Order: sequence, then structure tokens, then C-alpha cells
Amino acid sequence: MDNSGQKSKPITLEALGVIGTTIGIASLAFVFTAAWLTPHRLTPEKIVSALKPPGGPALGHRRNHAKGICFMGTFDANGAGSELSRSTLFESGSYPVVGRFNIGNADPATPDPMAQVRGLGVRIMAPTGQEWRSAMIDAPVFVAPTPQAFLELLKAGASKDPNAIKQYSEHHPEMQTFASWAKSHDRTESWTEDRFNSLDSFVFVSREGLRSTVRWSLVPMSKAVTIPTDELAKRDPDFLQEDIVQRVQSKPQDWRLMVTVAGANDPTADPTRAWPVDRPTVDVGILHVNQIQPEADGPCRDVSFDPTVLPKGIETSDDPFPAARSAAYRVSFNKRLEEASQYPRTQPEGRP
Amino acid sequence: MRAPRTQFAAPQKLLHWSMAALIIAMLFIGVGMVSTVAPKYLTLLNIHKSLGIVILVLALVRIATRRHYGVPPLPADLPFSIRFAAESSQYLFYALMVAMPLIGWGMLSAASHPVILFDALTLPAILPVNPNLYSLLRRTHDFLGLVFFAFILMHVAALLFHKLVRRDGVFDTMTPSLFPHSRHSAPDMPYDQMDRSSGGRPSHE
Repeated sequence: MDNSGQKSKPITLEALGVIGTTIGIASLAFVFTAAWLTPHRLTPEKIVSALKPPGGPALGHRRNHAKGICFMGTFDANGAGSELSRSTLFESGSYPVVGRFNIGNADPATPDPMAQVRGLGVRIMAPTGQEWRSAMIDAPVFVAPTPQAFLELLKAGASKDPNAIKQYSEHHPEMQTFASWAKSHDRTESWTEDRFNSLDSFVFVSREGLRSTVRWSLVPMSKAVTIPTDELAKRDPDFLQEDIVQRVQSKPQDWRLMVTVAGANDPTADPTRAWPVDRPTVDVGILHVNQIQPEADGPCRDVSFDPTVLPKGIETSDDPFPAARSAAYRVSFNKRLEEASQYPRTQPEGRP
Repeated sequence: MRAPRTQFAAPQKLLHWSMAALIIAMLFIGVGMVSTVAPKYLTLLNIHKSLGIVILVLALVRIATRRHYGVPPLPADLPFSIRFAAESSQYLFYALMVAMPLIGWGMLSAASHPVILFDALTLPAILPVNPNLYSLLRRTHDFLGLVFFAFILMHVAALLFHKLVRRDGVFDTMTPSLFPHSRHSAPDMPYDQMDRSSGGRPSHE
């Protein structure tokens, strides 16, 4: 070991160069990985900020599907799902559920009659600590084929250029199915009369290791009653919430959980494309909703219905959306929890 | 009492270098995964959670190893400021190695988000569900991740300074002992050579 006179040893240019280069390259690699130098990367922040309404986001609220109401209930599995998936949640039994009825808009003050899309989030809990979360909507297909296209559509929608949406739809004819549904579908008088669809595909893995790509739907057991268009606008701004409170008070409300298996060449990666109607569909159980609670202090308020929280036996597929939704939901969740003081809780934290 | 060693013990070196690789990977995965919506986000997130717990376990082993073997002394002529920085930064590294996984685990617990390792093992929650706690822990996790990376850069710069400017042997206390002088050769030799050298033993056929 050279022990003599280190202190007087000059710092050579060469040494400085080696140290500087090492640290510089490492820092650059880190910054690049973090996307601070790559403004074109599709980050979850971009999607979340593109969702914000013209007046800015509603602080403390979900960045989309901002208006909603909590429910509690059970998922009663009939055992039929075990053919397709080894998840314990498909074994005959009753599993607790926390969920949320919502409407698809970034503004929590949106009047219910204005809602183009209605949604339902569920969190089904297995005794093993595993969970199945899903956020579904009543549209038969999604509006965009990829997260990138979805961002472009949001930007076109927010653009001051009146032709932006038209230009987008010329490049993306696949949005027509959704657009014509949004324009013309019958509005029912209740969430309990709506069918909610996963839209995205997932993979069910059986005990034998067999993999099936599936989509699922909650099919209402109440008969749909359509509100005539001219009457819809006259309904109370909160008519859906008032309706669900009333109905669940009188008796539990039920949906059948139906799982549809894709055919060999069905478009599993593109949620804008429906699968042929003759695909095998398995009735795996019933969602019972038996209690409603306002969101303000309800059990769904701080839950992110992240569609990638899945039990063993259910996995993501080649559909790019669940990952993108998970990332965007995380950002939305982080923001609204940071802004918790802005959210109109009926019992602020720290007050009995 | 042992005589003061000039190098870290072999298990310490092994832990140091393997954890260095894991931790640097973790920090890159961390900043990378939160900045993408691509399907790799889910893969990275799973690796991040699993590796985090692996690092937590290794950090505890490493602390035990340090207590067992001790550390080689720093050069006697090291100025107080550098000695203080060197010693305190080591404790900071240990604190970060233990705290980061726990904070990550805790924040997911506070958000009622399951922690699943290697697609198999579901860990229990270690904290109650609480939105304020989640926000606090998440910000801390983000911040300490950047601090951790900055400390690693400083650590590398300091060690290069020891190696290239002071040339005081500090760098060499942790260099891998790939060519130790007292190598017990036989068990490390390839089996075919062992068979040949051991003469009469029949080789596997």
C-alpha cells in the first residue's frame, strides 16, 4: 500500500476525467430511464392530464369516472368458472365485494342524465388475501384500439380546432362502433338494468394449465326499462344515485357474471372489436349488491379499481390496456390521495 | 480479537457486489416503470416488488455478516471530514437498504394493494389502510429512491478518488478476490480433470 504523502498528491486531469465520465454516464442513463429526457414517451401522466376537463381537474376526485357511489355485496360463485380458471374465487362460495357505481366523466358534478357512459368497479376478495378487481363500463366495445390512440383521441377532444375529432376519426374508423353506440343507445332508468363489460381481454388459467383468453360481463337480472330521450333530460341530476339507494333498500340487486371465451383468431388485443356472438359463454355466478353507501366516507372511496389486481388463475393477455390503465389509475390515485383535503368528506380526518 | 484485516471477507464482498447490482437495477426499474404505460410496466412492477423483498432479506444478512466479520480500518491519515463521510455514508446505505423495501411494502399496505412476490407468494399487509399514510410513504419512497441513487454516485466517485488520486488501498478492500493465493484447487476443478488426476477412479460413462 502506498501510504506516503497522499494529501499532496495532485488531482490529475485524467482522474477527474474518469470520475466525471463515470458519474455523468450513470446520471444520464438514470435520467433517460426516468423519461425526463424523452418527451415522446407515453407516460401515465400524459393520459391522466389529457383527461382533465377545461376548468382543470376536480381535486381529490378520481381523474375519470369521478362521480360515483359505493356499494357492498357478495359474489356468489356457482363453481362453473373452475373449468376455466383455477382461481379460488370460482369455487362455489360467497365472497365479499366492495364496488362503485359511476358515470364516465371527469367532472364529479356531471348530471346523471348527461352521462354517455356508465360504469361499475368491483373488488372481490378471496379468504387467501387474493383479490380480483375490475372496472367495467356499459359500452359494448372500447373507443380506441391502443393507449396511444386513446391519448390522441383525448387530445383531439380537448382541442380548440373544431375539426380535430373529425380528423382523428378519419384515421381511426374503428371508433365508429363506439361513437354510434354512445350517440344512440337506450338509456335505462337504473344502473341495475345495465350490462357492464370488461372490454379488455384477460387469460384464465385452469388447474391443468390450459389457457383461455376471455372477456367478462355483468348481465343485469332486472328487466331494462328505457327512458325516452325527451324525458331523460328532465330527470334529476342524481337520479341514478337516488334510484340505486331506493332499489337496494328494498331488496338486493343482482347481476350474472358471464365469461366469454375467445375463438382461435378473435381480436384479443383490440378492445374496439367485439367477438362473434356465438362464442361459448359460461355463467360463473351472481353479483349481489345489498348495501349502498355515499362515496364521501364509503368503503370504495380510497380503492383503485386497478384491472391488473388479479387472483392466481387470472392473468393479463396481449390486450395493451390493462397495463396502461393500471399505470394511469395509479397516477390518478396518487394525485387524489395527495389532494384528500380538497375532497368533500363528511367526516374530515381527525374529527370524530 | 482478530488482527485488523486489509480486505472485507469473501461473503461480505459477495453480498456487496450482488446487492450493488440488484439495487442499481431496482432504482432504474423504479424510475422506468412509473414513466411508462406499456405492458412492460406490469413486468417491471412485479420484478420491483419481488427484488425489493430479496434486497431486504439480503440487507439483514449483510448486517449480520458485518457484525460477524467487522470491517477493515480506513487509512490512519484520512482527514476527519472524509473519514466521517465514509463511515456515516455506510450507515446510511444500510438504513436505505432496509428502509426502502419496508416503506414500499408499507405504502402498498396503506393503499390496500396486494404485494405478490414472483407471481406466487401474497405478503400480508404490514400497515393499516390509510390514505394519508399512503401519500406520506409514497413521497418518501420516491424521494429516498433519488437520494439512494445520488449516494451511490457519490460512493462511486469517492471510491474512484481513493483509487485514482489518494491511491490508499481503500478501493481494494472490496475488490473481488477472484485470484486468491490460497486456492484449494481440487473441488473447483472440472470433474473430468479430477478423474484424470485421481488416477484409478473410474470415470462416469
